[in-house]
Formats: sequence, structure tokens, C-alpha cells
Amino acid sequence: MAETHVEEQASVPPARPHGGRHPSPKEYIRIAVILAAITAAEVVVYYIEGVQEFLVPILFAFSALKFALVVLWFMHLKFDSKTYARFFLMGLAGAITLFIVVLLTFQVWS
Amino acid sequence: MATVAQPADHAVTEHAETSTGLPNTKLAIWLFLASDCLLFGALISTYVLYRNASTEGPFPSDVFDIPYTSVSSFVLLASSLTMVLALAALQRGDVPRSRVWLLATAMLGLTFVGGQVYEFTTFAHEGLGLSTNMFGTSFYVLTGFHGAHVTVGILMLLTLVALSFGGRITPARSETVEMVGLYWHFVDIVWIAIFTIVYLIPTNPPAAGGG
Repeated sequence: MAETHVEEQASVPPARPHGGRHPSPKEYIRIAVILAAITAAEVVVYYIEGVQEFLVPILFAFSALKFALVVLWFMHLKFDSKTYARFFLMGLAGAITLFIVVLLTFQVWS
Repeated sequence: MATVAQPADHAVTEHAETSTGLPNTKLAIWLFLASDCLLFGALISTYVLYRNASTEGPFPSDVFDIPYTSVSSFVLLASSLTMVLALAALQRGDVPRSRVWLLATAMLGLTFVGGQVYEFTTFAHEGLGLSTNMFGTSFYVLTGFHGAHVTVGILMLLTLVALSFGGRITPARSETVEMVGLYWHFVDIVWIAIFTIVYLIPTNPPAAGGG
């Protein structure tokens, strides 16, 4: 009985004092496999001649998906207090705004 | 007995009372990461602005080796996995395993930085220096800053391993490992953006007459 209790303690992630439970190691591994698969897909798409016209949006979509998976699961923003997410989104929104303003001002894509 | 596992005493981290109810150190690291977003946002924007502005080579398509950089990306992604496994092990009280995962993360980080040094050396042999052209300057500054961040992360990881051997990284202090982990994952997400924008998105061919 005591052993069972110890095993359960080892497999169930502990609750967090300032947010929900963190993912289990199995969930982390599942996310890592998805990230590796998306990275492989990015490289494959890069070499496919037929999709060159849509390459940039496809790559941005893959990149955004990977970014979100790491931030939400590995950095625990999905599980922790929303205050952390607000802090981070503030900086991220600033960076994206800066990027878009630079591209538009200097007409980089034209 | 199907006991619902409650957090072990050691898994509950402690911090001083704060007005937000959240640990100030964790808020501070998120604020730092937000400010670092702006730094890398500026560096990536500068790279995108200048990568096609070179009048003489080498150009990105002359030097980039996508399969090689892809392997580096896999290495950094793997290091993010080992980092969260280190934190998970510590939070459930398994200090020795946490130490192993922290060491593995540091080693994967070292592999990434070693790969970057090799890449820079190869590019230099192919004639791309820091001041060769606009592409070279913006590329080295951006990826160099990222490499410096990874190096700082490796030093923090090795410090954690040393502190762990000294008995100063305990489950009750798992928040320290979480902070370093947040920094490490940030370095990973910056690389996700760099890998796509710098390496995979094709550049325009050099203008006629450019050389």
C-alpha cells in the first residue's frame, strides 16, 4: 500500500502553489515529439518545389505553432497564473509590432 | 489503496508574501524575457532589412547549410525537453535524476554552441566576415547574440548542477530551476524564430550588377 502511494506520487506531478498542475513527463515527451515532427516538416517543405509560392506563410505557421507549444507547455503559461502570460505577451506584442513596422516602413517585401 | 496523490511537502515551494500573491522573482524573470523579446525583435528586424542589401557576396544562399542547421535545431529542442524533465524530477523529489537531466541540458547546449562556432568558422573560410557585407554584419550580430544567450544559459545550468551536488538545490527550491528553465526555453523559442526567418525563408537573388 505504501509502495503504491509512492509510485503515484512519482507519476502524478505535484500541484502548484500559484497555478494549476504542471504536465507529466509523458506529456512533455509527447510535446517534444510533436515539435520534432514540425521541425522535420519545415525542412521537408523547404525542399519541395511545388509549394515555393506558399513557402513563407507555411513556414510562419509552423514556426508559430512550435513557439506556442514551447511557451504554453514547456514554459507552463497554459498552467500558471495569467499575470505571467500578460507580462510576456506585452513584450512579444512589442517585438511583433516593431517587426511589422520595420517591414512596412522599408517595404522589405516589395 | 487508490490514494489521490497530494503534493509532497517538499514539492511546495515557498516564497515571501507579496502584494500580487506571486513570487517576485518569477515575475521579474517574465519581465526580463519580455524585454529580451524586444531586443531579439529589433535584431531580427534588422537582419530582414539588411539581408538583401549586400552588393557583394557571399550571400545567404552561398553559405547556409540547411541540413546542418536543422540538426542544431533538433539539438536545442531536445535540450528543452531535458530541461522540463529536470524540473519535473526535482518537483517530485528525485534530486539525482534532476541533476542528470540538468547536465544533459547543459551538454546539449554545449553541442549547439559548438555547432554554431563550427558554422561561423566555415562561413569565415568561405569569405563571410562580420564586416564583409550587410548580410554578414546582421547575421553575425543576431546569431552571435543568441549564441551568447545560450552560453549564459549553459553557465547557469552548470551552476545549478554544482549547487545540487552541494545539496543546495532541493525540491523546496525547485523555483530556482524553474527560473533557469524559463530562460532556457526562451532561448529555444528565439531559435525557432531565427531558424525560420534567417535560414528557411529564401532571400531575393542579388540585384543585377551586384557582386
